[in-house]
Amino acid sequence: MMQFMLLFSRQGKLRLQKWYVAHPDKLKKKITRELITTVLARKPKMCSFLEWKDVKVVYKRYASLYFCCAMEQEDNELLTLELIHRYVELLDKYFGSVCELDIIFNFEKAYFILDELVLGGELQETSKKNVLKAIAAQDLLQEVSSQDNELV
Amino acid sequence: MPAVRGDGMRGLAVFISDIRNCKSKEAEIKRINKELANIRSKFKGDKTLDGYQKKKYVCKLLFIFLLGHDIDFGHMEAVNLLSSNKYSEKQIGYLFISVLVNTNSDLIKLIIQSIKNDLQSRNPIHVNLALQCIANIGSKDMAEAFGTEIPKLLVSGDTMDVVKQSAALCLLRLFRKCPEIIPGGEWTSRIIHLLNDPHMGVVTAATSLIDALVKKNPEEYKGCVTLAVARLSRIVTASYTDLQDYTYYFVPAPWLSVKLLRLLQNYTPPSEEPGVRGRLSECLETIFNKAQEPPKSKKVQHSNAKNAVLFEAISLIIHNDSEPNLLVRACNQLGQFLSNRETNLRYLALESMCHLATSEFSHEAVKKHQEVVILSMKMEKDVSVRQQAVDLLYAMCDKTNAEEIVQEMLAYLETADYSIREEMVLKVAILSEKYATDFTWYVDVILNLIRIAGDYVSEEVWYRVIQIVINRDEVQGYAAKTVFEALQAPTCHENMVKVGGYILGEFGNLIAGDTRSSPQVQFELLHSKYHLCSAATRALLLSTYIKLVNLFPEIKNRVQEVFRADSNLRSADVELQQRASEYLQLSIVASSDVLATVLEEMPAFPERESSILAVLKKKKPGRIPDDVKESKSPQPSITPAPVINNSINSNNSSADLLGLSTPPGTNATTGNGLLDVLGDLYSTPKKSPTTVQQNNIKKFLFKNNGVLFENDLIQIGVKSEFRQNLGRIGLFYGNKTQSAIQNVHPELHWTDLHKLNVQMKPMEPVLEAGAQIQQMLTAECIEDFADAPSMSVSFLYNNVPQKISMKLPLTLNKFFEPTEMNGESFFARWKNLGGEQQRAQKIFKAQGAIDIPATRTKLAGFGMQLLDGIDPNPDNFVCAGIVHTRVQQVGCLMRLEPNKQAQMFRLTVRSSKETVSQEICNLLADQF
Repeated sequence: MMQFMLLFSRQGKLRLQKWYVAHPDKLKKKITRELITTVLARKPKMCSFLEWKDVKVVYKRYASLYFCCAMEQEDNELLTLELIHRYVELLDKYFGSVCELDIIFNFEKAYFILDELVLGGELQETSKKNVLKAIAAQDLLQEVSSQDNELV
Repeated sequence: MPAVRGDGMRGLAVFISDIRNCKSKEAEIKRINKELANIRSKFKGDKTLDGYQKKKYVCKLLFIFLLGHDIDFGHMEAVNLLSSNKYSEKQIGYLFISVLVNTNSDLIKLIIQSIKNDLQSRNPIHVNLALQCIANIGSKDMAEAFGTEIPKLLVSGDTMDVVKQSAALCLLRLFRKCPEIIPGGEWTSRIIHLLNDPHMGVVTAATSLIDALVKKNPEEYKGCVTLAVARLSRIVTASYTDLQDYTYYFVPAPWLSVKLLRLLQNYTPPSEEPGVRGRLSECLETIFNKAQEPPKSKKVQHSNAKNAVLFEAISLIIHNDSEPNLLVRACNQLGQFLSNRETNLRYLALESMCHLATSEFSHEAVKKHQEVVILSMKMEKDVSVRQQAVDLLYAMCDKTNAEEIVQEMLAYLETADYSIREEMVLKVAILSEKYATDFTWYVDVILNLIRIAGDYVSEEVWYRVIQIVINRDEVQGYAAKTVFEALQAPTCHENMVKVGGYILGEFGNLIAGDTRSSPQVQFELLHSKYHLCSAATRALLLSTYIKLVNLFPEIKNRVQEVFRADSNLRSADVELQQRASEYLQLSIVASSDVLATVLEEMPAFPERESSILAVLKKKKPGRIPDDVKESKSPQPSITPAPVINNSINSNNSSADLLGLSTPPGTNATTGNGLLDVLGDLYSTPKKSPTTVQQNNIKKFLFKNNGVLFENDLIQIGVKSEFRQNLGRIGLFYGNKTQSAIQNVHPELHWTDLHKLNVQMKPMEPVLEAGAQIQQMLTAECIEDFADAPSMSVSFLYNNVPQKISMKLPLTLNKFFEPTEMNGESFFARWKNLGGEQQRAQKIFKAQGAIDIPATRTKLAGFGMQLLDGIDPNPDNFVCAGIVHTRVQQVGCLMRLEPNKQAQMFRLTVRSSKETVSQEICNLLADQF
């Protein structure tokens, strides 16, 4: 099970955080700070996995952004790496060659997409098509409702 | 400012841009505070906000929160959004709640009401939004509110696939919070059958749920094995076009495959159904075959997905540990990965091989890769990979390669990363002790360790080398010579001074014949280090000095001079001051005889397992392979240890001047005087490597401590003490495995309830890996009894229920009080107790040749007083004792007459109570 996912920039700025375990805010901040420092200190050729505290951290850098997942001991490292990749693919498809700015300005969308892919820390849907279909259906509902909004 | 997708909120985009344009942290904070004030006033203002505005402000608050600021308002507005009839507002409301509401919020009732409404919606998108929110928060309240609703959604035929997927994972989340929400009965089979669902997404989600359910209740969900194997088989034989969008870079459904393989790791191989087992083996073979095929794509995603499945298959093979050819094949495959150019693969291959090394089937195959692994340890650029290599070397080590591996590890230690040094030191220390055939080699290795990485050599390590040297005569001279040489280095580590000081204090005489290491030279050499050392080391050296005085009277004056020095006799450190003054006095007043007695060579330490292993395990729970191959090396061998608290024992100063003896297995969870039982516990099994599967209750007739039960998972030791008609029995449950043993539940049964009262204290239900816990029992003998209580212990290991049962060593003779008496009164009483109702007699064959001393020892442990010189025949044994019960005390006499020619014994017991005579006679019969 995934415990949390963090997206952060090369400068160490947190761009997205999703927690699947209940921690107090203070602890979340501490973990985030320490993990970002640890990952940023690693060199490019290093292994993408690290044993960190009692979790297994799997991370990958895409352009200026680091995607970092904390998994439990029994989880499969390589597939977590591909889970990250699938998420990046989804963002890319949705935003059309995604960049860090898209995620900053549309953070809520990044959350909605993640919620379709992973739920409660477990993978929900691996099909790219199905996830995009679900997001498109949401967007359609939004557009209907925002048109209502304009009419008011 | 980039385009905003969907229905953009302009105000939000402007705000985000503003923040990004801030030149400094202060400016950013200022801008945020301004915005917070603005939002607060809007929320508090008289003007009612419309949905759009609420949404916008809530979204801004979210963004501010994500920047790392605390948000303490807006929750109510977000909850209002939940009931909006506009989807975009509802969605933002849910997002805010998911990210920012903690589970004990007082708003939770309102939230639950909104979720209830949305769950009823006919629009699956609304239903999913509600389910996602439940899964995100997953509180107990939610489990209570939706515990009946969601299982229905999951298995209902009317539910759409997308909703089923969310429902499965939502249920999983709630189940983790409150396991009782899963209905049993017919639901079980309906949930299991989700594995057959035609929609791959549903199966993927459901497999996670089933995995968790299986962990909780493996028996009930056993049916999933067949279905999982069938599903897996269909996937691995599918071509990559069959599964359409569930194929990931030419690999069919890698996520589902991995989940299924993981699910199967909850069970032992499906042996009852050979068909299923065969099919699973075919799947695993297919996965291996595919790994050998040329890649269908050069993309790393392809190879990652393919290898992810392969690694999971290997995990399953290791878990099952039953198919030698698959294990060896796994090993060969991993061997190829060791030289792959992907760091990730090398890392995983090393990790996985570490598990293979602990299987007897693949241990040898792993050893073939030793050279590559040593290279990895030395050459890898990434420390985490080097660490894996070290772990693997440790796991693959046995007596055939120990010297080489230890040598390589020592060599690498000189340049090793600081982060892994301490652990490496422990590993080297363990391996060199465990596989030493020649203890001079062991001594060399440890001294090298101190020389190379002295800062990382913990107390346990140097304590241990001293214990071993003291216990082994053959190595003492060599050790003295070697430490003497090591101390000649101009700079040497303080730990070396400690070891050197101790060893020369004990065995300096063995090298004193050589003029180069004459007593004076030894003393001056040690003393030259004195001023550079910490107080603790100085204290140790002072003890060494007084020991040297005993060994070499000729240096007494010089040593006294040192004791008298102001820096010692008037040291600010009270311990040093005390030692200096006491040792000085001792050297002045004591005659050489007294000195020799007081400062006699240390007695051998009780042979017990190394505490170093326990330290290592504590550092890396679950990562130290427990097994490792039965040691053929001479004792002391290391057996899997309970977690041991290592602290310097401060209360043993009476016996041990230097406070050196490591406390015997000090129990981690408790700590009381009974604990020395470990000494017995861990030395007994050495004699019988096959372990004491079932206890032989009879052997406890003659002793109170020992191993009561042992199998591969658990060891139960006992230590008991009795006084009058009362007894205290300590049971020690030791977990021998690498994972926790759960739901430990001991139960007692006995028939003579009114004759014997036994109370069991409650104990922790969880036995962590490698740990030991203690349980106390009290017993009261009310009346004489014949039936020893039985105990059954049930527990869960790897979620598989286990049950063991044994007899408690609680027999009537435990309540004996030995009685001294002379021949006259013995025979007077003997005659008095001659009635039919008072006697019991048995004649039985000896178990082997009649061994008089062994028989004496046994009788001495039985509880009666052995009376010598009473019986006219010196070969006969007579004993007397009183059985204490609550209602009465029963005097009891016994006579045992061996007949060496016939190899027979005649046993006669007389007491004032018939049942006592009979029971004592029954207990003792056939025991000699």
